[in-house]
Amino acid sequence: MRAFVAALLLSLTPLVFAIDAGEAFDDPVLQARYEEIISEVRCLQCQNESLKDSNAFLAVDLRREIRRLLSEGKTNAEIYDFLVQRYGEFALYRPRMSGKTLFLWLAPLFLIAAGGVIAFRVVRGRMALPVADAADDDVQLTDRT
Amino acid sequence: MRLRYLVPIIALGVLIPIFFIGLQRDPSTVPSPYLGKAAPSFSLPSVEDPAATVSSEDYKGQVALVNVWATWCVGCRHEHDFLLTLAAREEIPIYGLNWRDNREEAVLWLQQLGNPYVASAFDADGKVGIDWGVYGAPETFLIGPDGTVLHKHLGPLAQESWEQDFVPKIAAARGK
Repeated sequence: MRAFVAALLLSLTPLVFAIDAGEAFDDPVLQARYEEIISEVRCLQCQNESLKDSNAFLAVDLRREIRRLLSEGKTNAEIYDFLVQRYGEFALYRPRMSGKTLFLWLAPLFLIAAGGVIAFRVVRGRMALPVADAADDDVQLTDRT
Repeated sequence: MRLRYLVPIIALGVLIPIFFIGLQRDPSTVPSPYLGKAAPSFSLPSVEDPAATVSSEDYKGQVALVNVWATWCVGCRHEHDFLLTLAAREEIPIYGLNWRDNREEAVLWLQQLGNPYVASAFDADGKVGIDWGVYGAPETFLIGPDGTVLHKHLGPLAQESWEQDFVPKIAAARGK
């Protein structure tokens, strides 16, 4: 049984490593940055996959370019710039804040604020209503007479 | 008349056009960030003659097409006949960017199917393709005389899209 499980796991390992066939960096920091970047970038050829998950040849090419830029000492921001300049903001899963994407970033804040204002006004409106309770009505009636 | 009852109707009136436009957009067509900007320059060996160079200088000063093609690309085969008729009409020079291809097969393709290109650049490792933001083939760029990208067409070219998207822009670019 043990041997079977071991064989099964071993047979899976090539699958796990099959996607990124590129050489890893010797420097673990660079490798970590590389992996962070490729999981943040969309593969344009197969849009619901990141560069990290994709086997499309465009993804292979872009991984190679990113590896080259990293080894040239480029910062993450410079590498994202490189990609956005060529493929547009759409290439990034998390669009950066800019004039074009400001609405995208501020919309949730605006919606939460608007919802809060509406909720506040509804609650306050209800608090101002007389408490409709039969017992209270009776008290009021007796008070009046 | 309580105005607040109009709020959902107005909201619906805003949402319907947004959905109407949004749902008709094809998410697989990504607009080129180069539209209206200078196309990246390149210099590559020619497909047919490795010793010769094809570069972005070749079409400087004229309105030209840069067509991304490859022998593995089915859509390129579909548009090939149209490119040949376009080349025969001599309206506009067509430059090819042979993208991630095999040289012998590319040469064979041009010999067997005909060659609509003034010249084809051989981009074996796809580096120029990345510079141009190519993410599939075929893609066709319309380049103005000053080197700006006037239009980018995704997928096979055909008469209809040619007349609709290219002809007016070519006329405008030449009119200037």
